Amino acid sequence: MLGEKTKPTLEVQNLTKIFSSGVFIRDKVTAVNDVSFNMYPGTVLSLIGESGSGKTTIGRMILKLLKPTSGHIYYLGKDTSLIKTKAELREYYRHVQGIFQDPFSSFNPLFRVDRVFDMIFDVFLPEVKNREERINEVLHSVNLNPERIMHQFPHQLSGGQLQRLLIARALLLDVKILVADELISMLDASTRMGVLNLLVDLCKEKGMSVLFITHDLALGYYISDYTMIMHRGRLVEKGATEKVYKNPVHPYTQMLFNSVPDIGHRWDKNEKFVPEKVNDDIQRFYQDNRGQGFQYLEPDHGVLLSVE
Amino acid sequence: MSSEVILDIRELRAYYRILKGDVKALDGVTFQVRRGEILGIAGESGCGKSTLAHTLMLRKPPLTHISGEAIFLGKDIMQMPNSEFRKMRFRDISIIPQYALDALSPTKRIGTFIRDIVNEHDITADEEFMDKVKERFAMVNLDSSVLHRFPIELSGGMKQRAIMIISTLMNPALVLADEITSALDVSSQRFAASMLMELRDKGIIGSAIFITHDLSILYQIADRIMIMYAGHLVEIGPVDEIIHNPRHPYTQALIASLPKVGVQIKHERLEGIKGTPPELLDIGPGCRFRFRCPYRTNKCEKTPEIEDINPLHSIACWHFEELGGESVG
Repeated sequence: MLGEKTKPTLEVQNLTKIFSSGVFIRDKVTAVNDVSFNMYPGTVLSLIGESGSGKTTIGRMILKLLKPTSGHIYYLGKDTSLIKTKAELREYYRHVQGIFQDPFSSFNPLFRVDRVFDMIFDVFLPEVKNREERINEVLHSVNLNPERIMHQFPHQLSGGQLQRLLIARALLLDVKILVADELISMLDASTRMGVLNLLVDLCKEKGMSVLFITHDLALGYYISDYTMIMHRGRLVEKGATEKVYKNPVHPYTQMLFNSVPDIGHRWDKNEKFVPEKVNDDIQRFYQDNRGQGFQYLEPDHGVLLSVE
Repeated sequence: MSSEVILDIRELRAYYRILKGDVKALDGVTFQVRRGEILGIAGESGCGKSTLAHTLMLRKPPLTHISGEAIFLGKDIMQMPNSEFRKMRFRDISIIPQYALDALSPTKRIGTFIRDIVNEHDITADEEFMDKVKERFAMVNLDSSVLHRFPIELSGGMKQRAIMIISTLMNPALVLADEITSALDVSSQRFAASMLMELRDKGIIGSAIFITHDLSILYQIADRIMIMYAGHLVEIGPVDEIIHNPRHPYTQALIASLPKVGVQIKHERLEGIKGTPPELLDIGPGCRFRFRCPYRTNKCEKTPEIEDINPLHSIACWHFEELGGESVG
């Protein structure tokens, strides 16, 4: 599924992450449970879920900030768990980068913008000679004026500018995979569209694969080619965005779409809506479809019908 | 919604007085809240929507009331001595805080917390009272065992529900809900927002001011929407008029930038608004949106007056007549 024409840049196979805490009594939480998906060049893949569903954990494992408990992540066919040395890791980060929710905490408050770029060149691209030219080029492509921002401190820039700066930083590195974790959640309605449009344009232009992690269904619909819905560590539904949105099958997906505050469509006032009810619905759904596991109902639209 | 006005705000100004000068966060806002309505207030960060709530409920330095009135049930609460306002707070006018902002005490069980709060307001939490609490909890699908739990044992959605019930225990005539859905998951958002409507429909609360940055939630529950920008009121009107026929250039751009399920970038490109809101420190007169406004003229250097388009819909823009009322949404 997910655009079979081209080869995937990233393959995630049966990924599981169990967090355990406690010294004497081990308490285990399965944050990510047997998750598989592929990412293709030039496509935006949305990972949608509520808080605690495990979406950020997946992003962090792709970025090698966390070790999977089991399962594999292949980047261009190569198992990322085999990346061990500093040099290999540096090479990996030249192509795989992340942008996080809070732009203010992503920057060192004491470093001016130009120093941020200098560090990238020193660490990742020491061989590049025409640094200034490259910086100007990427800043222009994210609609930032190099003269105005290069000597500023992070606190002198707006949230939207900082997020665009992070995208520019990623561009400098020739990024193939970008993990955007709640990229625009902290931005205002009037500024976030500029950042999103830019992200999609660059993704198409440069053939990047973007993993767009969000809880906002309307935004997910707007920018993504493919959508995955996550609930309690499992992918419960995935496929082409229009198919998942127009014909949600899993009770959790249905409940989510039912509660989106969408302009132009009002909630049913007569329906007694209780979020907790979905847990019973899911139990019943799994029982009714016992033994079927994850199935593709049509090409590009798969649903978790039961768990064993 | 009746036509009886329960809160009448006139030319209200409140500034943050800091060493560098005055941050004019709320600068001459006039509007009314009618009995039984949910008035939604929306705007971006820094537009003054939360400052408005703080000005009404608990002004703490550097936030200072400069001028203007806020007449609530016939009395100006801006001139009221603290001791007198204390008697109204919680009973007649109540604020619903956001759960994420430490609204509940982490070291107290919910039941203890409720007893302490009502004692503060000279109400005895006897058995009868606690029965009422349990009844209200049951109404929003909270088990009475919640009373014996600590906040950390509850999910975000449950905490927000408990806070909403606690804030409205005395059936206040007006509640101020400040970003109560912002830190919640979509399903809990729907529940909390619908719950506010239910409290109003059942007559437990009179009217509500619902402050949020999320217009799509206001579309679901508000009767009227007021849009603020950089400390000014720019437009106020019935929900469907604001969403489907906005007249102020800012409202138009804001609503045009909202993503909707069904709109995809490959078919339709939504644009944001270029630029950022102005710095409010010692800001001079004039329309505050003019720096980002495509219709700017010399006239905009003067602060626009609020004008009525129709009895329910008002707008602060010198050029609204030229802009026309074509449907945008």
